[in-house]
Amino acid sequence: MVKKYKEIAKSARSRLIKMHAASGASHIASSLSVTDILVALYFNILRVSPEKPKDKNRDRLILSKGHAASALFTCLAARGFFPQTLLEEYCIDGGRLPGHASINCVPGLEVSTGSLGHGLSIGVGMALAAKYDREKYRVFVVLSDGECQEGAVWEAAMFAGHHKLDNIIAIIDYNKMQALGKSKEILNLEPLAKKWQSFGWAVKETGGHDIEAIIKTLKKVPFAKNKPSVLIAHTTKGKGVSFMENKLLWHYKSPDREQAESALGEIGCL
Amino acid sequence: MRGAFINTLSKLAKKNTDIFLLTGDLGYSVIEGFQKDFPRRFFNIGVAEANMAGIAAGLALSGKTVFMYSIVPFVTMRCFEQVRNDICIQNLKVRIIGAGGGLCYGSAGPTHHSIEDISIMRSLPNMTVICPGDPLEAELAVRSSENYPGPVYIRLGKSKESAVHAGIKGFKIGKGILINEGRDVAIIATGNMLHTASQVTKGLVRKGISACLISMHTVKPIDKDIIRSVALKAKAIFTVEEHSVIGGLGSAVSEVLAEEGKEICFMRIGLPDAYTKEIGSQEYLRSRLGLSANDIERRILEVYRKRIKL
Repeated sequence: MVKKYKEIAKSARSRLIKMHAASGASHIASSLSVTDILVALYFNILRVSPEKPKDKNRDRLILSKGHAASALFTCLAARGFFPQTLLEEYCIDGGRLPGHASINCVPGLEVSTGSLGHGLSIGVGMALAAKYDREKYRVFVVLSDGECQEGAVWEAAMFAGHHKLDNIIAIIDYNKMQALGKSKEILNLEPLAKKWQSFGWAVKETGGHDIEAIIKTLKKVPFAKNKPSVLIAHTTKGKGVSFMENKLLWHYKSPDREQAESALGEIGCL
Repeated sequence: MRGAFINTLSKLAKKNTDIFLLTGDLGYSVIEGFQKDFPRRFFNIGVAEANMAGIAAGLALSGKTVFMYSIVPFVTMRCFEQVRNDICIQNLKVRIIGAGGGLCYGSAGPTHHSIEDISIMRSLPNMTVICPGDPLEAELAVRSSENYPGPVYIRLGKSKESAVHAGIKGFKIGKGILINEGRDVAIIATGNMLHTASQVTKGLVRKGISACLISMHTVKPIDKDIIRSVALKAKAIFTVEEHSVIGGLGSAVSEVLAEEGKEICFMRIGLPDAYTKEIGSQEYLRSRLGLSANDIERRILEVYRKRIKL
């Protein structure tokens, strides 16, 4: 089973490398960072069905770090929400898949994102609707760490804690890097877990590339009764491609043909 | 108008269980009845308008019709990007209810005035912009917004506005209301200037000038038909609004007029492009900033007489 997830992640990474190489789009390292989290969600945790993408009871996933859309697209395609061939239309003239997550561009994609700090509030709104409608679905919101510098994230966090929204789960892709450098140096997020705890959230931490561990942790949500849950997933920006890992350049640059081949080789998908 | 808003919303909410009301911790003596009657569909989000707009989007994505309420600058500008990205880009059924349009919060000062909101909201794709002119228009705007597609901004006044209409037949979003017919001067007014504009119209008529008055409650989409078929027949056209002359009703009407390719006598009457340093009530500020009925009448007469001499 674990091997299966690893294979899916490997294939997702290879596809998104090809997408970025073909289109020249930015943020490949952000997508590689969040790939394992999305694989764990789409292939185990989320109660979603490609046959019924608008089912009322489906779990919702919001990729609040919308710039990692290529990872989301590869996972949705792999899960069967749309044909893999559509991935070739990522960030090209006249294509159907934009650089940031956009509602209605493909089935299964719930919310348009791209500007940071928006997803958690929208997730809170969905969680409130679920409570009102007495539906059992959960709302998962994937945030970046740099995103937690946005004040709106904490407005939403305070609200969810106050209202004891146990049907919302935030997952932080904590790769410790942001657009211009290390988060620790730009605007330190620590102590991150304590911040969320103090806002009334139940916090867990895990390795963000250990799919088995992510699944194991997210199997039991909420983490505490009457509390929203947050999983701080420790990740590596550019994970899987040695020359991209923890290198700021790959927040912007897309691989040329040679680099793409070398990256695919490292992943084992050449 | 706030009373008309909340009473109408409460009536709608009795039948439509998808209606939610959010407030950014404002609406003392306005929202309490709704809160009491529909506790599960009311949320005081706290002093956090960005979060309120995002939550409104999340609820709307889940099939709800959401009214979010606060004072104009806070519910439009503080959370502008959430309104743009979460609500307008996704084209959601969120109704942004701004209380205290224009100079309603007189002595509270420019932080609480709204002189740019129509302009800003009008620039957003998918957004409809309504500025009711009296309590009845406010009621009908709220009622009509229930099943109207996409986001809607409703710019209310405050309280105790005088009624202009005895009744309105066939109120429709995007359709101006012809209140008075006239051939010499056409006055197009929006929002809380409607009552003053109506006084001005009566004053002009008393002076023997045939004055037409149109209530342009919807600034976007602007009613091109009524501008072409009614206003353009007058010798001079004036817009009246409690908003900066930049970007509001005056701009919307002038955009239509400019593309008619005709020689037109036109003037925007509104607030100057400035944050006022004056302190005082709405009425006082209007008189200081050229928006009293007397000022408006004088300005219209000046322009009109010049026009007639030509």
